[in-house]
Amino acid sequence: MTIDEVKIGGLGARRSRVEDNRFIRGMGNYVDDITLPGMLHMEILRSPLAHARIKSIDTSAAMAIPGVQLVLTGELLASRNLAWMPTLSYDTQAVLATDKVRFQGQEVACVVADDPYIAKDACEAIVVDYEALPVIVNPTQAMADGAPIIRDDKENQHDNVVFDWEVGDKDGTDRAFAAADVVSELELHYPRSHPSPIETCGSIADFDRATSKLTVYMTTQAPHIIRAAVAMVAELPEHMIRIVSPDLGGGFGNKVPIYPGYVVSILASILLERPVKWIEDKTGNLISTGFGRDIYLRGQMALRNDGKILAVRMHTDSDHGAFFSDAQPSKFKIGLMHSAFACYDIPVAHLTARGVYTNKAPGGVAYRCSFRITEAMFFQERMVQVAADDLGIDQAEIRRLNFVQDDDFPHRTPFGFLTDSGQYAKCLDIGLEAIGYEDFLKQKEEARKNGRLLGIGISTMTEPLGAGNSREYDILGIKMFDSAELRVHMTGKAILRTGAKTQGQGHETTWAQIVAHELGIPADDVVVEEGDTDTAPFGMGTYASRSTPVAGAAVSMVSRKIRAKARKIAAHLLEVSEEDIEWELGRFYLRSSPESGVTIQECATAAYSNVPDGMEPGLENNAYYDPPNLTWPFGCYITTVEVDPLTGVWDVLNVVAVDDCGVRINPMIVEGQIMGGLAEAYAIANMQLITFDSEGNCVGSNYMDYLLPTAWETPGFELHEVVTPCPHHPIGAKGVGECATVGGPAAFVNAVLDALKGTGVRNIDMPLLPDRVYEALTEGHDVSGAPPTRTG
Amino acid sequence: MTSLFEVVSTESSVDTPIRRITVTVNGKQHTLDVEPRLLLAHLIRQGLELTGTHTGCDTTSCGACTVLIDGVPVKSCTMLAVQADGHDVTTVEGLASASELDPIQEGFRDEHGLQCGFCTPGMMLTAKALLDENPNPTEDEVRWALSGNLCRCTGYQNIVKSVLLAAEGLRAKDDVEEDEAS
Ligand code: FES
Ligand code: FES
Repeated sequence: MTIDEVKIGGLGARRSRVEDNRFIRGMGNYVDDITLPGMLHMEILRSPLAHARIKSIDTSAAMAIPGVQLVLTGELLASRNLAWMPTLSYDTQAVLATDKVRFQGQEVACVVADDPYIAKDACEAIVVDYEALPVIVNPTQAMADGAPIIRDDKENQHDNVVFDWEVGDKDGTDRAFAAADVVSELELHYPRSHPSPIETCGSIADFDRATSKLTVYMTTQAPHIIRAAVAMVAELPEHMIRIVSPDLGGGFGNKVPIYPGYVVSILASILLERPVKWIEDKTGNLISTGFGRDIYLRGQMALRNDGKILAVRMHTDSDHGAFFSDAQPSKFKIGLMHSAFACYDIPVAHLTARGVYTNKAPGGVAYRCSFRITEAMFFQERMVQVAADDLGIDQAEIRRLNFVQDDDFPHRTPFGFLTDSGQYAKCLDIGLEAIGYEDFLKQKEEARKNGRLLGIGISTMTEPLGAGNSREYDILGIKMFDSAELRVHMTGKAILRTGAKTQGQGHETTWAQIVAHELGIPADDVVVEEGDTDTAPFGMGTYASRSTPVAGAAVSMVSRKIRAKARKIAAHLLEVSEEDIEWELGRFYLRSSPESGVTIQECATAAYSNVPDGMEPGLENNAYYDPPNLTWPFGCYITTVEVDPLTGVWDVLNVVAVDDCGVRINPMIVEGQIMGGLAEAYAIANMQLITFDSEGNCVGSNYMDYLLPTAWETPGFELHEVVTPCPHHPIGAKGVGECATVGGPAAFVNAVLDALKGTGVRNIDMPLLPDRVYEALTEGHDVSGAPPTRTG
Repeated sequence: MTSLFEVVSTESSVDTPIRRITVTVNGKQHTLDVEPRLLLAHLIRQGLELTGTHTGCDTTSCGACTVLIDGVPVKSCTMLAVQADGHDVTTVEGLASASELDPIQEGFRDEHGLQCGFCTPGMMLTAKALLDENPNPTEDEVRWALSGNLCRCTGYQNIVKSVLLAAEGLRAKDDVEEDEAS
């Protein structure tokens, strides 16, 4: 009897989430929920100044408070050679400041006490004498003549440049521009934003003197990387370190880097031989942990009169804050910025990129993004709209004209990536149909006559996901593969462990669905575990939408290894040779008489009770998967808006998303990911902004000033799908967690600017706050969110 | 009261005033000695070990810590434990009975109204208070009622659907109960 794959929770099943059973009962297990016997509590004292020399630190009053166990300063760490640590981007970062503080919120001292209230009191009792230094808050200041050198701690650093990098064909691009009919230009700032999961960062370090083993419960998206880094920094033997990432209250890239709080809690536990818990407060999280974006982009597009794109030039100036710790694994300095324009057939392009240090929190992390692709796609889709406007061509038409065609794959992008599949025009057509494009254009014209400003914005993009293939991606030299280990027990139930780490994506549900698809074991019979380095196979963690492309592929591959062994066992049970049997979901059968067969569960039982001579007993295996290429999902996002000419406030009328993420494991979860991504796209376009005043004070250090949208502001979304399987992924999946956040913002911005068409306004920097829109509308000029930037 | 705060109160007893309070949490009465500055959220999480109530901010903005005080949603990070003296507190752990889930919990599960689960307890309690008041809310009423609770994962659409489904479930349940009573 054939098994119905959807019934057993295989591919395509809208299976309810396994993890929800504990979350809806309030029985999740987040780091702050863990209490260990004898546990102490740590608080961090942060710098109030963005740039200052530390003249002295007096901790005596803090030490005198009853219940205080330990006060740590940079000086104490320096005596153990631990004041600085390597970042994941081959820079160094202060654990606790010694000589200077270099951004507001930098970690200056830590107090460990019997309870968190005492620790907080004691932090306030520490007296630090600072001598203020001139502050640099943007790339222009960083590159100005005579600018103070922020990283004077580094021997060979004589300016504030982090890197200069380029890619593409400069001469070819110059030639194409010389032959162009029209050249369009655009310059914009993608503002600093914070991923801001509701749960902040935290850790509990537990050094056990009896065994010399260090266990750290930690909010990390990549526990194995942390283990490797701790082994390197703290010089502890790797087998004596156990990192456990329990339930995470969201991550979005914020929980990839290594933060000083983690490191100091570990050191404190080793010194005190007691568990030490550190739970960051929200302000600490917003002002000191990995932000996203903060980059100035400018570029030009060479065009033919009919709309054909001939070439693109781009330059980026990225602000990395005081320490280069963007935690991105590619060998490209500005991440995958050069994935820009990948969905268009453009012959040639050239990109230059400069990164600089400033007196701001370190980061540039991939906030729901695969390393700068969000900025890349935003610039791409804004540039395409500007070009369409310059040429007077319809914004859908210019995209259709330049798309890579369905039968042109594999396609080499102008910057050298290889895209492999997609149906771009089909996605666009579905989107246009869903939004009612032609009707809306008429409605818009009508409304104009009555003084109402309607606009429609399109954003289409293919983005590279997976951060894998070991040729080009590594972290600290560790290649970007991922892993899965599957044990099938003798009753046919199973446990699966992977090197990824779910933060809400639902791996406990979806990984079991892949096993069900490959082996016919019902998903309910497969338990999934992640996040404990003592039990999970070595993996690189979850970010860059890489779980499904890489770890998900490993789940498939390990299941296939299990199936191969089960096949031998089945042949033994059926007393035939392997060639005589066939597989259907969950069962091997005799080709000559299909009714005779054995189920995968019977094979599992036999693996422990009746194996053929010479075969090892047991039914378990593991797989390490190194993807041959990145995966390339496609997204088409279309929004309609109405701008109020009296206030500059804009309302979203409709949002349509058409996503092609290849084969969908669990459509319900895929849709959840897309809606979450769209909400963040809306947030970034409309309100979410971390900014700094000229003294380097972070404006937006809490949820009253850093505006996140609620259920009230967030629009509704209409979702559509196209499925073009990934040609190299074992189940044809491409990944989806970030597509909407990457592609979405340009749809909103393009829509608002479309509503302003005719005013001469080409750009308003995000977030499109009402005052910016109002200024653009009434004064008829572009509105920049930041000072103009020219660093070279 | 469990270890953490008791240890504090005895070791630094000289100048730490202690207040005795009585609170009913999920139907169970507790008499406790607490420091006056202790936040209700911390009493619930560390003192009573009910860790389903989360804390996500310092400014009464996120709603992850929402509990019901006498049926009214309150952000427990911004209330002192002593202010709960004599009151009735419901946390997420009090939503389900031993044998069955509350329709709100079922709604969140069935409509995929949660991802990381961190905002979920606060969302569900806020929704419960809404549905107790208004068993048949519109989508806008749900969105407005939830606007004090932040979620970073879901984009809210499925949360709204979850609450609307729960409302339906509750109305159906009430109808059955009425039928049985009559
Ligand atoms: S923790 Fe109470 S509102 Fe955020
Ligand atoms: S489900 Fe993660 S914050 Fe709401």
